[in-house]
Amino acid sequence: MKDSISKKNLKLARTLLVVAITMFGFGYALVPIYDVLCEWKWIERDRPDDIKKVPEVAYTVDVNREITVEFLTVLNESTPMIFRTETKQLKVHPGQYYTVNFYAENKTNKEMKARAIASFSPALISQYFEKIECFCFSEQTFKAKEAKTMPMRFVINPEIPAQYKTITLSYTFFDNTERSVNN
Amino acid sequence: MSAVVDEHDHDHHADDHHDHGPAKGLLRWIITTNHKDIGTLYLLFALTMFFVGGSMAMVIRAELFEPGLQFVDPAFFNSMTTMHALVMVFGAVMPAFVGLANWQIPLMIGATDMALPRMNNMSFWMLVAGVLLLASTLFMEGGAPNGGWTLYPPLVLQPITVGKALPFAIFSVHLLGISSIMGAINIIATIFNMRAPAMKLMDMPLFVWTWLITAFLLIAVMPVFAGAVTMLLTDKFFHTSFFNAAGGGDPVLYEHIFWFFGHPEVYIMILPTFGVASTIIPVFARKPLFGYASMVWATASIAFLSFIVWAHHMFTVGMPIAGELYFMYATMIIAVPTGVKVFNWTATMWKGAMTFETPMLFSISFVVLFTLGGFTGLMMSIAPSDFQYHDTYFIVAHFHYTLVPASIFILMAAGYFWLPKWTGHMYNEKIGQLHFWLSVISVNILFFPQHFLGLAGMPRRIPDYAVQFADWNMISSIGGFIFGASQLLFLYIVIDTIRGGTGEKVSDEVWEDAAKHGLEWTLPSPTPYHTWTTPPTIVPTEHVLDSH
Repeated sequence: MKDSISKKNLKLARTLLVVAITMFGFGYALVPIYDVLCEWKWIERDRPDDIKKVPEVAYTVDVNREITVEFLTVLNESTPMIFRTETKQLKVHPGQYYTVNFYAENKTNKEMKARAIASFSPALISQYFEKIECFCFSEQTFKAKEAKTMPMRFVINPEIPAQYKTITLSYTFFDNTERSVNN
Repeated sequence: MSAVVDEHDHDHHADDHHDHGPAKGLLRWIITTNHKDIGTLYLLFALTMFFVGGSMAMVIRAELFEPGLQFVDPAFFNSMTTMHALVMVFGAVMPAFVGLANWQIPLMIGATDMALPRMNNMSFWMLVAGVLLLASTLFMEGGAPNGGWTLYPPLVLQPITVGKALPFAIFSVHLLGISSIMGAINIIATIFNMRAPAMKLMDMPLFVWTWLITAFLLIAVMPVFAGAVTMLLTDKFFHTSFFNAAGGGDPVLYEHIFWFFGHPEVYIMILPTFGVASTIIPVFARKPLFGYASMVWATASIAFLSFIVWAHHMFTVGMPIAGELYFMYATMIIAVPTGVKVFNWTATMWKGAMTFETPMLFSISFVVLFTLGGFTGLMMSIAPSDFQYHDTYFIVAHFHYTLVPASIFILMAAGYFWLPKWTGHMYNEKIGQLHFWLSVISVNILFFPQHFLGLAGMPRRIPDYAVQFADWNMISSIGGFIFGASQLLFLYIVIDTIRGGTGEKVSDEVWEDAAKHGLEWTLPSPTPYHTWTTPPTIVPTEHVLDSH
């Protein structure tokens, strides 16, 4: 009688342990699940890999509307660089193309691979902000002490809803040398 | 350890099993596999950690007494808020409920011991190891983790916020997680396999029911948290990019995984609280619990809902509108089963022959103040309003109302309620009442003004603040100091009761007609070292009368 209970206990404990280990795996499974969910059309999200290069198309310029675009530059985790924008603020008309230059410099004596990640505020306008050319599309390689002036060419889709009057676009440069897959 | 168990079995043949007392000496406490010993260890450890975490809260309130920087530097202040949370959650509240489970579940279901006694010992000592590892970070270069208990990346991965402490904090979370998973497995196995044959599932006291459901929550979510912190570890030291934007990861993903654990976690702390309240209130109202079956179903519903509402902690991350709406409505639904519970406790007291001993006073104030904390929760479930409340003292006030005058008060109530049973001594009722009144008044002076501060826009986790917040912060700090000092009365009462209390001999029932409500009151006081070596044949059903 006593033996059978302890056998039952062990069996149940093992089953529950399997559940616990499965849940540990589920934690990791959330990573791809999250990626899949973010692809769904009705989930509008601003993710680094969503900001893709688009071909230049001619839009009708909406001269009656003016949107203020602000540019921010950030260095993350004390990335050893100098990074600034040549234009801090720009008043733009939807449909018209603009080019803004960014300046970046590697302060170290070693080659550096760095990646700039964009972030928008308000977050949901990213789909109307079309970039034709950007240093943020791919990883940038900087030779020792190298300085670069990098252009970013964009247009705001005239379909952008009327309530948006100011857009803040922030770029953060990450030193990606150690985790780069392009070595 | 096995040698001791063997010896135990040898003795079994030699003399009468029922006369077995505890082993002599200090080693008893280290190698014990007795559920009462382990329960005591858990409870004393939790009480110690309550004062450790409480001292950290005193540092926080002292610094916030006036605007400007007075006593500590900002990094240490942030360490204090982070460690206060981790110590209170993983070192005090959770272990205290595991301690109660260890003591009470076997007594309440007529079992000789927990199902897996050696694993029980191991889970306690692993908890101690985990908490010591966490505490050791306080003495490390760069100090203890100070990025908040939620350990959000990228903040927590930056050298300035963690120093050398991050891997230690993460391994400590692993140990604490393994400890609570083992505890949960043990509790489920005990409840399913060790019940007296006469006790059906729907005869079980609510404390046992709520712990059964809590144990399933623990097994489901602690491993997810372990996974999340492991991802932080590999991001920091092995160049993975789960949460690193530069490598294609996303810090928002961490928040999703964390709160998938974090929301059930807050119910892990509150469901056993409901269980204890549902045990104490009927005894002092001298009525069966109103709506036993609905209590069980409400507990199960709350547990289920806890898995599908996590993103209400992160309304401001830039979720799609559909997501905000879903999480908003799903969160509001939780108010329904919770309302059922509050209704049932109130209905239990309705026209009851109530008396107001200390455990009942704490329980009544739990019903009132927990409901208040629940209402602010409802306010924050409204997504557009939450943008205003997010990361302010309003949320601090909310979760402290659901934890301090709820979980902590009920743990105090449980102490007053069962200590006479465990020790055979009565506590000093006068000091108990003094402790209650000081606590219930000061807890409101401490936390109620924080609602105003939050609505006025004071952010949480800051050592300094704008002068317009000065008055309410000073009042809140004064409440904090009174509350902190009052808890020393509880410490005194626990020690005094263990050493003899009032000297009054308590009966087996301790409280009038308690034996109608639970099996534990049919045992002698103090509870013998071994109980229910023959399972009880009749189980009290007073508490379930309504459902039959």
